[in-house]
Amino acid sequence: MEREWMTQRKSLTAPVACLGQKVMGLIAEMGAAAIFLFQALVRIFHPKQVAPILEQVYFIGARSTNIVILVGLFTGMVLGLQLYHTLIQVGSQGALGSVLALSLIRELGPVLAAIMITARAGSSMTAEIGMQRVSEQIDALTTMRIDPLRFLVSPRVAAALVSFPLLTAVFDITGIVGGYISSVLLLGLDDGTFFHGVRSGVEMSDINGGTIKSLVFAVLVSTICCFEGYFTHMRTDSAGAKGVGLSTTAAVVLSCVFILVADYVVTSLLL
Amino acid sequence: MIAFKDVTKRFGDHTVLDKVNLEISEGQVTTIIGKSGAGKSVLLKHIIGLLRPDEGTILFEGKNIDKMKKGEWNAYVSQISYMFQNSALFDSLTVFENVALPLQETTNMHKREIRQRVMERIEQAELTRVADKYPAQLSGGMQKRVALSRALVTGPKIVLFDEPTTGQDPVRRNAILGMISEYQRKYGFTAVLISHDIPDVFFISNRLLVLDGGKIVFQGTPEALDDFEHPYVDEFIQSLEGLQEHLTGLYSRRNFRVRYQKTLKRDGFNDRFAVAVFSLDDWERIEGNVGHVAAQKVVKALSKYINEHFGVVGGFSSRLFSNQFVTVLPFSDLKEARSILDAFVRDLKTQGMTDIRSDARLLEKECFEFAISAGLAEGTSDDDVNTVIDTAHSEGTTIAQFRCESREVTVNEKVYP
Repeated sequence: MEREWMTQRKSLTAPVACLGQKVMGLIAEMGAAAIFLFQALVRIFHPKQVAPILEQVYFIGARSTNIVILVGLFTGMVLGLQLYHTLIQVGSQGALGSVLALSLIRELGPVLAAIMITARAGSSMTAEIGMQRVSEQIDALTTMRIDPLRFLVSPRVAAALVSFPLLTAVFDITGIVGGYISSVLLLGLDDGTFFHGVRSGVEMSDINGGTIKSLVFAVLVSTICCFEGYFTHMRTDSAGAKGVGLSTTAAVVLSCVFILVADYVVTSLLL
Repeated sequence: MIAFKDVTKRFGDHTVLDKVNLEISEGQVTTIIGKSGAGKSVLLKHIIGLLRPDEGTILFEGKNIDKMKKGEWNAYVSQISYMFQNSALFDSLTVFENVALPLQETTNMHKREIRQRVMERIEQAELTRVADKYPAQLSGGMQKRVALSRALVTGPKIVLFDEPTTGQDPVRRNAILGMISEYQRKYGFTAVLISHDIPDVFFISNRLLVLDGGKIVFQGTPEALDDFEHPYVDEFIQSLEGLQEHLTGLYSRRNFRVRYQKTLKRDGFNDRFAVAVFSLDDWERIEGNVGHVAAQKVVKALSKYINEHFGVVGGFSSRLFSNQFVTVLPFSDLKEARSILDAFVRDLKTQGMTDIRSDARLLEKECFEFAISAGLAEGTSDDDVNTVIDTAHSEGTTIAQFRCESREVTVNEKVYP
C-alpha cells in the first residue's frame, strides 16, 4: 500500500522534479562557466601571453573585418532605404541621419557584429578547442605542465575583449556609410541633412553604451565558445567528432541567445 | 621509486583497477602488458595525475602523491613526460614547434638554446627533413617519433610511454623500441611502457607487469615470465608471440624452448649438441650511423642469413637480445659445429655481406662498419640450455668485420687463418 502511494506521489512530482533538475543543472553550468571565465581572466596577465593574444586578435579581429564590413554596409543600406520610405510619409526625412546612426550605434552595431563574430570566430574556437580535447592535446598540455586555460582560453578571451569593440566600431561606420549610399546617393536625400542628423543625434553616451555592450558580448561569446569546446568530452549525448560538432552548434546557439538577452538587460540598465 | 598500494579505479559500475599493487624501480624499463581494455592506460594516467584513484594510494619515493603540496606536486610532475597512444601532437604546430613547446612554455631558456636543443632531438629521431611540416603531413611512424622527441626534450627523469609502437610495421616497431632503449641507456631515465609487442618489447625491458582482470598477476623479469604458470600467459602471450618473431623470422624465445625440449629432451637423445651465440657488435654505433630503421633492417637480414645457413644442417635459432642470436645445432658436436661456423664465415666473406645489404635494401652510400662475434659451446641433453648459451656467449670472439673503405668483409685471421 505504502509502495503504491510512493509510486503515485513520484508520478505526480516527476514533471516538477524534472524541471527542477534542469534548472539546477543550468545554474550549476552557469556557475562553472563563471569560474572558468574568472580563471581565464586571471591568467591573461602572464609574461608569455603577448604573442598568443596578438595571434588571436588577428584571427578573431582582423580576419573578421571583411564579413563585418559587408554585413554592416548592407544593414546600413537597408536601414536607410526603410527609414527614407517611412519618414517621407510624415515629412520627417531630416531625422533619417540621426535615427540611422542611433539605431546602429546603440543596437544593431554591437548585436549584429557580435553575432557575425560568433558565427565566424566563435564556432571555430569551440571546434578547435573541442578537437584538442578529444585528441588528448589538452591532456598533453597538462602532462607538460602547460596550463591549458592559460594557453588556450585566456588569449581568446583577451583577444575578444580587444576585437569586439573595434569590430563594432567598424560595423557602425560602414553601416552609416551604407545608409548614406542608399538614402543620399540612391534616393536623393540631401547630404547636409543626413550628416547634420548624424552629428546632432549621436552623443558620447550612445557610443559608450555601444562599447559597453560589445565588451559584455565579448565576454559572453568567448566564455561560452571556449567552455563548450573545453568540456566537450563531458557531453553525455555523444562523443568524438560528433560531440565536437554538437558542442559547436550549442556554442553558436547559446551565444546568439545570450547576446540578445544580455542586450535587453544592458539596454535597460543604460537607459 | 613509484609504488601503487591497493589502488582501485571505477568508471560507473565497471572496476578497471582492482586493488592494484605494483612497484616501478628507478632507472629501469618497466613494461606493462595486458589485453585491450584491461586498464593499462588508466594505470599509466594515475602516475601523472590525469586520473585519481577511488581507493588506495600512489607513492613517489615514499610520499603519497595525492597529499603533496602544490610545490611538491609541481616538482614531481616536472620530472615526468608522457607519450600518448595517439601521439597527441598539436596539429596547428609544425614538428619543430611541437618539440619546442614544453621548453618555450615551461622554461626561461633563450630562443637560440631552445632551437639547438630541439634540433638535436629532431636529428636524433631522423626528422630533420620534416621539421617544418605539420603532423597531418607525416606518416604514423614519424608522428610517433615526433611525440618521442617531445617527451624527451625536457630531459625528464620518468617517461611514460602509452603504446608507443601501435600501428607500426615490425621494422619501425623495433626501431622505436630501439630508440627508447638507446635513449634510456643514454639519459638513464625510468621508463614505463605499455606495449603489445611481444616478444620484441622483452628485449628492452628490465621488468614486466602483467595486468589482467584489473589486477597485476605478474611482476618480474621477462625471463621469469617464461616460468610463470597462469592461464593468461597461455591465452594471450603465446598468441601474440606466434610461432616466429615478426621481425627476424626466428623462433620466439618461448617456442625456441619448446623446440629445444622436443628435440633434445626426448627419449633416446643422448648425443651431444652445440650452441652458437652470434652478436652484432657496436650496436649503438650502427644505430647512430645508419639510423634505427636501417639498423633493424640489418638485424632482420642478418638473422635471416643465420637462420638459412644453419637451418640446412638442422639448426634452429632464436633472438636473445636486440643484437644477439642463438643457434642450436642438435646433431653436431663442438668439432663439427666449428667446421660449420668456418663455412658460415667463408660464405659471409664471399657472398653474405652482399646478401645482407641487398636484403636490408641499403643504398650504396649507406655504408656502416660492423663486426660479428660468435661463440660456441657443447652441451648434453641433461644440461640446462641457458647455461650452455652463457658458456657460448663467454667464448665469443670477433669472427668477421666489415669495413667501408674496402667494402669487404675481413675475417679474423687469428681465428680463421
